[in-house]
Amino acid sequence: MSATSPNVDLQGERTRGVWRGRIFYASLLLSLAVGFITLGTLVVQVVTKGIAFVDPVLLTNPPSANPEAAGARPAILATLYLGILLIAFTVPIGVGTAIYLEEYANRNRWYNRLLELNIQNLAAVPSIVYGILGLAFLVRGIGLGRILLAGALILTLLVLPTVIIAAREAIRAVPGSIRDGAYALGATKWQVTWRQVLPAAIPGIATGSILAVSRAIGETAPLILIGALTYISFNPTLGGPFTALPVQIYNWTKLPNPEFKDLAAAAIIVLLAMVLLLNAAAIWLRNHYQKKW
Amino acid sequence: MATRAEPLTLAPPRKRWGEAVIKALLALCALVSVATTLGIVLALFLPAIEFFQEVNFVDYITGTEWAPLFLQAKFGVIPLIAGTLSVTFWACLVAIPSGLGAAIYLSEYARPRTRNVLKPALELLAGIPTVVFGYFALTFVTPLLRDIGLQVLVFNALSAGLVMGVMIIPTVASLSEDAMTAVPRDLRDGAYALGSNKLQVSTRIVVPAAVSGIVAAFVLGISRAIGETMIVLLAAGQQPNLTFDPKQAVETMSAFIAATGAGDVPTGSVEYKTIFAVGATLFAMTLVVNAVAIRLVRRFREAYE
Amino acid sequence: MANAETELVRMRGVDQLDLAERERHMPPPESREVVFDVSDLKVSYGSLPALKNVSIQVYKNFVTSFIGPSGCGKSTFIRCFNRMNDLIPSAVVEGSVRYHGEDLYGPRVDPVEVRKRIGMVFQKPNPFPKSIYDNIAFGPRVLGMADGLDERVEKALGQAALWDEVKDRLKASALSLSGGQQQRLCIARCLAVEPDVLLMDEPASALDPIATTRIEDLMHDLKRNYTIVIVTHNMQQAARIADMTAFFSVEISDEGRNRTGILVEYDTTPKIFTHPSDKRTEDYVTGRFG
Repeated sequence: MSATSPNVDLQGERTRGVWRGRIFYASLLLSLAVGFITLGTLVVQVVTKGIAFVDPVLLTNPPSANPEAAGARPAILATLYLGILLIAFTVPIGVGTAIYLEEYANRNRWYNRLLELNIQNLAAVPSIVYGILGLAFLVRGIGLGRILLAGALILTLLVLPTVIIAAREAIRAVPGSIRDGAYALGATKWQVTWRQVLPAAIPGIATGSILAVSRAIGETAPLILIGALTYISFNPTLGGPFTALPVQIYNWTKLPNPEFKDLAAAAIIVLLAMVLLLNAAAIWLRNHYQKKW
Repeated sequence: MATRAEPLTLAPPRKRWGEAVIKALLALCALVSVATTLGIVLALFLPAIEFFQEVNFVDYITGTEWAPLFLQAKFGVIPLIAGTLSVTFWACLVAIPSGLGAAIYLSEYARPRTRNVLKPALELLAGIPTVVFGYFALTFVTPLLRDIGLQVLVFNALSAGLVMGVMIIPTVASLSEDAMTAVPRDLRDGAYALGSNKLQVSTRIVVPAAVSGIVAAFVLGISRAIGETMIVLLAAGQQPNLTFDPKQAVETMSAFIAATGAGDVPTGSVEYKTIFAVGATLFAMTLVVNAVAIRLVRRFREAYE
Repeated sequence: MANAETELVRMRGVDQLDLAERERHMPPPESREVVFDVSDLKVSYGSLPALKNVSIQVYKNFVTSFIGPSGCGKSTFIRCFNRMNDLIPSAVVEGSVRYHGEDLYGPRVDPVEVRKRIGMVFQKPNPFPKSIYDNIAFGPRVLGMADGLDERVEKALGQAALWDEVKDRLKASALSLSGGQQQRLCIARCLAVEPDVLLMDEPASALDPIATTRIEDLMHDLKRNYTIVIVTHNMQQAARIADMTAFFSVEISDEGRNRTGILVEYDTTPKIFTHPSDKRTEDYVTGRFG
């Protein structure tokens, strides 16, 4: 029998703690709000300023000194081509590198660890440095010139680390028991990789690649450096001069005439639509192929 | 009977050279990234070395006037570095509290349904091209700052810095959130069981436990801010002003590189080589910052994996 | 050692008479054909030895079981027979393992050829995320045995006692099968490449008792055509189905920091379970430890 009964007052010091907790919670919500309110304001600004100029003229005409007649056709086409070229270049090289690192490379060797570190580093290098790389080697170095192919190659290098990292995660997610089962049947390493690991990793690889490409088509700095700044009025070709949509937006925003700034907003709407479409495709892929092992 | 009729030999029917070829091809893919780094180093440092044969390195690194295209050219890079740091400062002022706050909310407070909406929304913010942010800074933020009484010029460091901060929020938030969700449940449960409330658990248990990952997130955010180009190109200006007054125009290292590289500077001239000298400086800065971040990320990963 | 016999009789599923009967029907030592001849085998991960001084002979068309407490290296040992330890970078195998007289670890030996002939079933069923048909067909396809694929698939599923249950849904995902069915699928998958030996690493430990019984019945049938080696932590299972039993134990050294597996005793199952020669074996099979 205890001498005194236990204190069952469970209210305690609620008041002070509650207020501090509430203020803290409010500050967290405020932090969230900063990003999303800005996002919202940005979208509203872009749409209200630019919607008037979103019409077939924007999509079918080349640029012009007259804002009413100016369009972004060459830029839009170039961005589409760049996107396609990017996928064609980065996926084989990125997935190949990822397969090498995950399935073939001996982790204990110093050069393989250096390789991993190198890729992590490259992922964090500013995009303008890739532009300098392009300028020095492709445009003036081996003399490719300021052409679409050079732009595609530079963006490929820029985006490659991201694709490699995404592909590695997808490959790593394939359970080891599947590999064991395949090896135990007498399959060679490539047979196991090509017939079991890769098919299982494809949804993750596709999602990662699409997201990477959606970031790449919004890149401006490297393209500016390798010469996508010139006034282009004809459709771009692989070996010819070009200008991409983000560069066109930059050009128009820079002009003092406020109508061109609104035209830039319209072009932004088109660019955001492309980015949104790609992101939505990637997310759909990710959800649709959620594998349950 | 299941035994084979042919004589028992465990050597391969014909040597498996196909496997060796495949391994070589895959290693070749991996070499692309090595070549990229090599290319970057060569592209930056070879012309930079040539530059420093014409321009005194000490003058470069300590000089406070940057006017490479003038007749009496001045090559002091301090104004560019100051411009970069000034914009970065305002960016961090926005990004670090907001990013961390968002991360704490997502990791400790949000319900799973809310998380499933907010995380993709953050991804969306991260997917917005920087040129769009630049447009926004120039056409909305600068006039807005004017409207609330700040006497900012048309091009100023503050607009660019604030918008850049918002751009970096997803980077800071997602890496911090990863670090916090990696903290094991048991730590939180132990604290709750002792009668702590959510504020105490978040700030005294979770954040300290995740601190190396969180600092890595900050550092990575800083790295992105240092290297960012389009927002400053559009909104901060192209005047290499040595000032920390955010209302004035500044030129960052990245903006200078973009503006000069895009122009028709004759190949091989000193002005042309400034691109690479400044580029090398920028690269060196981000390399140091990234190295710190990668070390920190490794430390936080080791703690929980 | 009458203790062991009475203990064993009291255990479920083991009948004293049944064991004696089995002993009588086993082929005498002179007529047994050796499939694996292991001599002084030692396996280490890095510098830590996981298994040492193992010498044993595995006989054709026998079911040989490896029993022992956890951590005694049974799984490590069975993986030596099909060179699966090659896949672990730090694993080092010393000593000799001969398969029908040929050195399994010889310099010109291709692990792929080894695994063609020596198949393995794992503890947790691991069907590929493909259809039932494609699971069985995978082995023949990668090994160049893709002729008459439909017949091979049917035959393998038949041998694994699974054909009747899945013959109408061969294109269904293998992951839609129950645990027991998945394991029989994995067995069928091995059988489809016509191996010589079947290695089974605790094949029924993740299954319910009914599914376990079906797997054990299957092993009775399979041993007519194949040589079977099974690792099991279930003594009654070993007593029920194995012809020969090897008892492994752990040797602790270096003040408890090193745990190395050793082979304690290897003999016919009835002998191991009724009058084992080694006291450690007796302690284990009578349940005094482990």
